[in-house]
Amino acid sequence: MRNRVAAPPRSVWARLHLRERIRDRDTAIYGVLLLVALVFPAITLYTTDGSTYLIAVAGHAGTYVLLAIGLNVVVGFAGLLDLGYAAFFAIGAYTYALFASQQLLASPIHHAYHFPFWLMMFVGLLIAASAGAVLGFPTLRLRGDYLAIVTLGFGEIVPQVFQNFDQWTGGINAIGGIDQPTLPAWVTGPWAGADSISIVAPFSFSFDPIAYYVLIFILVSVAIVLVNNLQRSRLGRAWMAIREDEVAAAAMGINTVTTKLLAFAIGASFSGFAGAYYGASFGLVSPDDFLFIVSITVLVMIVLGGMGNIPGVIVGAVTIYFILNWFLPLLPPAVESLASSIGLGSLNSRAGDWPGLGNETQNVTLLLFGLILVTMMLLRPQGIFPSRIREQELKHATAQEDEAAIEQAHA
Amino acid sequence: MATSVSALTRIRSARLAGMSFTDYGFYVLCGTAIVLLATQAVIDPRTFFQVLDFGIADGAIYALVALGYTMVYGIIELINFAHGDIFTLSAVIGSAILGFFAVNESSFSLADLLTLLLVFPVVMLIIGGINVTIERVAYRPLRNAPRLAPLITAIGMSFTVEGVMYLWHGSAIIHFPDLLPHGAGFQTYIGGVFFTFKDVFVIVAAVILVSLLAVFINGSKLGKAMRATAQDRDAAQLMGIDINRTISATFFIGAVLAAAGGIIYGLYFNNLDYHLGFSVGLIAFTAAVFGGIGNIPGAALGGLLIGLVKAFSDNYIGSRWTHIIVFSILIAVLVFRPTGLLGMRVPEK
Amino acid sequence: MSTLDDHILVLNNVTKRFGGLVAVDDVSLSIKRGEIFALIGPNGAGKTTLFNNVTGLFKPTSGHVILNGKDITGSKPHEVARLGIARTFQNIRLFDYMTCVDNVRVGRHVRMHAKLWDGLFKLPAERREEERVTEEAMDLLRFVGIARQANQYARNLPYGQQRRLEIARALATEPKLLLLDEPAAGFTPQEKVELMALVRKILDRGVTVWLIEHDMKVVMGISERIVVLDHGEKIAEGPPEEVRTDPRVIEAYLGKSA
Repeated sequence: MRNRVAAPPRSVWARLHLRERIRDRDTAIYGVLLLVALVFPAITLYTTDGSTYLIAVAGHAGTYVLLAIGLNVVVGFAGLLDLGYAAFFAIGAYTYALFASQQLLASPIHHAYHFPFWLMMFVGLLIAASAGAVLGFPTLRLRGDYLAIVTLGFGEIVPQVFQNFDQWTGGINAIGGIDQPTLPAWVTGPWAGADSISIVAPFSFSFDPIAYYVLIFILVSVAIVLVNNLQRSRLGRAWMAIREDEVAAAAMGINTVTTKLLAFAIGASFSGFAGAYYGASFGLVSPDDFLFIVSITVLVMIVLGGMGNIPGVIVGAVTIYFILNWFLPLLPPAVESLASSIGLGSLNSRAGDWPGLGNETQNVTLLLFGLILVTMMLLRPQGIFPSRIREQELKHATAQEDEAAIEQAHA
Repeated sequence: MATSVSALTRIRSARLAGMSFTDYGFYVLCGTAIVLLATQAVIDPRTFFQVLDFGIADGAIYALVALGYTMVYGIIELINFAHGDIFTLSAVIGSAILGFFAVNESSFSLADLLTLLLVFPVVMLIIGGINVTIERVAYRPLRNAPRLAPLITAIGMSFTVEGVMYLWHGSAIIHFPDLLPHGAGFQTYIGGVFFTFKDVFVIVAAVILVSLLAVFINGSKLGKAMRATAQDRDAAQLMGIDINRTISATFFIGAVLAAAGGIIYGLYFNNLDYHLGFSVGLIAFTAAVFGGIGNIPGAALGGLLIGLVKAFSDNYIGSRWTHIIVFSILIAVLVFRPTGLLGMRVPEK
Repeated sequence: MSTLDDHILVLNNVTKRFGGLVAVDDVSLSIKRGEIFALIGPNGAGKTTLFNNVTGLFKPTSGHVILNGKDITGSKPHEVARLGIARTFQNIRLFDYMTCVDNVRVGRHVRMHAKLWDGLFKLPAERREEERVTEEAMDLLRFVGIARQANQYARNLPYGQQRRLEIARALATEPKLLLLDEPAAGFTPQEKVELMALVRKILDRGVTVWLIEHDMKVVMGISERIVVLDHGEKIAEGPPEEVRTDPRVIEAYLGKSA
């Protein structure tokens, strides 16, 4: 049922001011993100005495940022719930891993391929996009949540297929020894252990966290620009129209099937891209890396960050990655040292049923993560940095609530 | 209601427009499956009926869990990711209660049987209470929030419930006492097929529970309120139905069925771990979709069919392909029957 | 009778069945280029269903829909829009959380040429097209009189302006034939007068208008020809004065006893 009661009137200026402020907010987030991304490696190198561990972590976080940006196209822009996004990630990763390692030597074709990373990145992109189109073509006419289930099913099938065709993929033994990207030249310096700033030519990435960090930084930046362009284009508006009202969109001349298919394929292509990067940066690709939990994590990232709003989605991805891979793993030792420092060090040791504070903290992390998710979502149902749309939606819903309450009071 | 009428006509048109192709495909699909299975039944009836027996028992458990998914989805359109974990939690609590009363398979007495019979209602009440609380805390505040917000809290709740079990038992296998009568007196060969009391118990228990649910949904006032709310929440509210109470009742009943399913699972398989709900939940949810989500007989049918598909696939194709088979069939069914086997009884909103 | 060339839309024996229910029963009619044509009938007579059959939302069970001499029966909604039929909806269907100007720009979609790559890389041609389309959209908002609300969400407009926005959005597709489904529903007398003026202005743009309307003042005031549906069947056709006095029409509206 539609509600005709408009939001309480405000002056044009107040509205303009709000809009201005929100636009500024997005610019500000981009600014802060850029600043952090640039300053962070320098600070880490300086404070940790040249350890690149955190830079490597940040590089992997970047993979998830890419995934989140891609899934946002599907879920946030076009409004299609995708619960199997990791499948495309897997396709991208395996595409690179198979054709840039010794793996296929042991396969029935007995020949190993070593295509360059830069090429395979785009091949992975294309294959993932095609997989998206192939899956989407027969299923995109399904409404809302049935589509979600099809994607969920696809997400379950793909890693299992990679696992079962072990003649080709090594199955659960994973594919290792994946080629490292190479460049004709690269700059090295004290940050990478060299004596002075100099040029290395040719250069192999060989798990150099800084090189990977620079790469993912560039990839994410390009992705942000492209997705922003898309959002403000003919196609972006068509996605939004479909999300708002599919029947009306079709009546306005939008081919809903191809438009949705494009959302699906473009979303998948980001994932394929990210997959190739993932394969290279870890040097190892296993079916276990692409389970349902990965799809769910990326979905959580975008909803929590603020669906539809690119800066929000990035913040969501970084936040969740940080919680999962830095905050929660480091919690047990942190709690232990806290206990020691306030004189409760005895808690740290194991006694009877008590597994020791560290272990107990370890045991509680899953529970903690669940509670963090629930709490964050309850506090910010529209996400940390929602798009203007979602914010409105929520305000409207609250207004409706208030009306309902008033009606009941009068009844 | 103009919107729901136009939605209905849209659905009809979608159906009519593609009827010949999709129905044809669907019947081809079903036909192929039936022919393949019939061939097996003729070649080796003994194995066939053995697998059938196991598949039905397994499917009965999935059906019980699937009902909870479908009821919650029908009423608030939420994929309740925590439901599978609620199912596991009930087995864990059941096992704890039995452990507390020192009921185990080694010295099973009449008093123990009484305890076992009491465990069912007690766990059902506890789990029902927990599920209602979860709805209150994690879903109700988000009822008017963006659609995906409650989905995320459901995922969070799934982690939370699993986290509680992990804190309790770690990742160790949790044993559920093997209390159902078994052994020489409680198994028999009929036509070369091995039947146990356990199989019969699971199937009979599931049939009784599903029948009770059907009677409740169709006969009671609350059941009618649930159906009305599922159809059109606003209209139901205008007719004086207490929406919050109805939704709570749905979560309670869903949890009661999951609790029964959990204990039956425990009695049947005897081993579980904190993470079990994830895979069972996924399959049970698939079953709900299979039958047509929001449709109660559909969920029961879907559960049964998924159980059969799994059993046949495990036996005839190989268990490592089962996951692929189940989800491929799911996708195929949805392509040909976009609203599941028994169609959709819930209007689009 | 005039020649076929004068007719923009011809329906030949269009029937739509839903299971056992015959919603539209063997309806034939033809709409002349540049006229205001009205479709009236009691509630549930099958008027909107007929619109849906024309715009591709439904496929007629039998019969033909011919636009400009071309059979478009069973075309998809977006194809119908491209071919030059635009519509509004009885229960307004705007893109609620898009701004007014974006709603209209979506309407321009079908007349735009930017491909995926153009948008992805913001190529100069795409930028120029976007600028042009924004101006065209603003022109249309001015045309229907809601330019000041251009940057508001459609959802936040008052009801009357939402109806106008929907018309602007439909006009953005450059239709040859505009289908208005109860455009005056819920309007005040003043708004109805304004609407009638707007419909005439639309006609002046060279767009043929076919409307469903319950308000007899509006129907009699602007339409040149009227078709009356009852229980899915066409029971009368002709100029307003003639239809108004047709005993079958009076019977359909007031029941047999009257």
